[in-house]
Amino acid sequence: MFKIIEKRRLNDQMTLMSIDAPFVAKKAKAGQFIIIRVNETGERIPLTVADYDREKGSVTIIYQKVGKTTGLLDTLEVGDSVLDFVGPLGRASELEGVKNAAVIGGGAGCAIAYPQAKALFNSGATVDMIAGFRNKEIVILEDEMRAVSTRLFVMTDDGSNGNNGFVTDALRKQIESGAKYDLVVAIGPLPMMKAVCDLTKQYGIKTVISLNPIMIDGTGMCGGCRVTVDGKTRFACVDGPDFDGHLVDFDEIIARNKMYRSEEADALHRHQCMMEGMSE
Amino acid sequence: MINKKTPMPSLSAEERIKSFDEVALGYTEEMAKCEADRCIECKNKPCVSACPVNVRIPEFISSIKKGDYKTAYEIIKSTNSLPAVCGRVCPQEKQCESRCTRGIKGEPVGIGRLERFAADWYLKNIKEKEERVAEPNGHKVAVIGSGPAGLSCAGDLAALGYEVTVFEALHAAGGVLMYGIPEFRLPKSIVQSEIEQLKKKGVRFMLDMVIGKVLTVDELFENGYEAVFVGSGAGLPNFMNIPGESAAGVYSANEFLTRINLMKAYRDDYDTPIKKYKKIAVVGGGNVAMDAARCAKRLGAEEVYLIYRRSEEEMPARNEEIEHAKEEQIIFKTLTNPVRINSGESGVESVTCVRMELGEPDEGGRRSPVAVEGSEFDISVDCVVIAIGNSPNPLIRTTTEGIEVNRKGCLVVNEDLMTTRDGIFAGGDAVSGAATVILAMGAGKSAAESIDKYIKSKQ
Repeated sequence: MFKIIEKRRLNDQMTLMSIDAPFVAKKAKAGQFIIIRVNETGERIPLTVADYDREKGSVTIIYQKVGKTTGLLDTLEVGDSVLDFVGPLGRASELEGVKNAAVIGGGAGCAIAYPQAKALFNSGATVDMIAGFRNKEIVILEDEMRAVSTRLFVMTDDGSNGNNGFVTDALRKQIESGAKYDLVVAIGPLPMMKAVCDLTKQYGIKTVISLNPIMIDGTGMCGGCRVTVDGKTRFACVDGPDFDGHLVDFDEIIARNKMYRSEEADALHRHQCMMEGMSE
Repeated sequence: MINKKTPMPSLSAEERIKSFDEVALGYTEEMAKCEADRCIECKNKPCVSACPVNVRIPEFISSIKKGDYKTAYEIIKSTNSLPAVCGRVCPQEKQCESRCTRGIKGEPVGIGRLERFAADWYLKNIKEKEERVAEPNGHKVAVIGSGPAGLSCAGDLAALGYEVTVFEALHAAGGVLMYGIPEFRLPKSIVQSEIEQLKKKGVRFMLDMVIGKVLTVDELFENGYEAVFVGSGAGLPNFMNIPGESAAGVYSANEFLTRINLMKAYRDDYDTPIKKYKKIAVVGGGNVAMDAARCAKRLGAEEVYLIYRRSEEEMPARNEEIEHAKEEQIIFKTLTNPVRINSGESGVESVTCVRMELGEPDEGGRRSPVAVEGSEFDISVDCVVIAIGNSPNPLIRTTTEGIEVNRKGCLVVNEDLMTTRDGIFAGGDAVSGAATVILAMGAGKSAAESIDKYIKSKQ
């Protein structure tokens, strides 16, 4: 059992939790993930390590309420425990030697981009952080991101924070006004990562993305997380989750990730019908 | 004397495809005695040497004849850590029963069925299960992986007085016995009661511990373990590398079976999703392929195809599994090989196959299949499960210096099952590549002997 030692709402969808997991905290690095199972009948889902404190033995995760498991996790409070918390899994991000980076987060992806920005910033790199959200109400981790970046650009799709545009608009503007990045890290929804990669390809800037596909064990056993990179089959859990974004077959991943969407919608619909006292 | 085995009572095909309940129901006392009486207790005991863990077969059968089932169980248990498991999943027809003297004229004694009877009787009737706890000898050994190899190694070492800790990557102990073999062939409660017995013997289990990630093998040594046994199995699924294989709706057998067995996707009270498919193709001819096909049927698929590139004769699956699969209306497409998986907007739509012919025998004596030119045809399916084998998981070898592997990724060991690094032993599928439960148990057992010798020689 792994105890929850902190819980903080970041916006109406996203929550931060710190979990007491000394084994994981001792080894965790930016870019790695954990697998969590809330209770005996629960699913195993992967979540990226958002932060860790080796001395306290705690690991921070950030989740968005999207399905049954994250919904269940959200019912727990400080002092409660989750049944399984396995990790750190996957390979740590390779950030050595980077001098000038742009780290891009899209929505919930900012939670995953943040530790990478932090690792880069702490290693002495210049870091431009570009964070994109639908509107200003759901902006998360603004102070945290500012603390680990040289410059922070928060963009909103509707312009409600005064910065109208997508993350790609901000990135293009910086590149065109002379920023010389030796690495772009892009983490967020698949279409966003794809758009960033299309852009950076034009400028020949190395771009790393992080994938969070369907998986069960996280150790290479199920093959559910397989992705095609440079024409070869790779497992996101052991070969990733970071990959060279210019070599990833995004269309294939987008199709695979849709797999359980109708089941999730069904489950949600049934749940809502019950709530409204309707019968089918 | 009766020349046929006492038949095993089992659920009818119509009944069993509606649930995941165990298919073979097990002998009653009368049936067991009747079958035991068929054993002539021949002097040369060919069955014993054909068993990878040398169960004293005529002796335990003799106890069943006398109605002393407890002793029968204890005789089995003295060389086999998992009697109830082996009685169900061992390929007896290729091992003990293949050498049975009764098999010369007629059918061999149903040794596996009798083993299962003794084990089930014990688990059901002996409430206070005594486990002899050995006098601690003060030495610590780490076992990586809680599948058949690890459990058997841990059990034997604990019996010798070692303080044994088993590290398991998943959230439940048992390895392939939990995630791979389905409930209807091996009830998970049986696996767990065998594991409980090991705990009583003093074996400690640490779950959610991915060795190579959470702790490295070197850190195990730093933590005072004097020897390490690697029984991490063959958990890396092989794919066919054909177009369309990465589409949604294509699963490795590992993923398909893990969702169903370990994560209980077939039960409404569990959260794990599995899509409901109408027509499923399973590719492969081994026990895993049979398991996947039979699970697919139980999940409600209307048509389940088993696609295998050789003929039925070459299928590596146990005869009993092939028979059960046929009874459950699995459609066998032998001498058939998939070349492409075709998908549309809503997922998989069909699998394109070619017909195969058997050519000249290869080095291993198996006739290798050759594609018949121009024989392409489509089978309409909405899901494909790939069950063409597994390779050893690379997590340990890539995080442990000095461990050598062969070109297939299998760990290299000497005759004592020691790897190329001092104090690190290995056995089971991690060394042999995907094989059987009992061979892994045999390796775990031999490794336990070697580890004992190794630690004693250092004193």
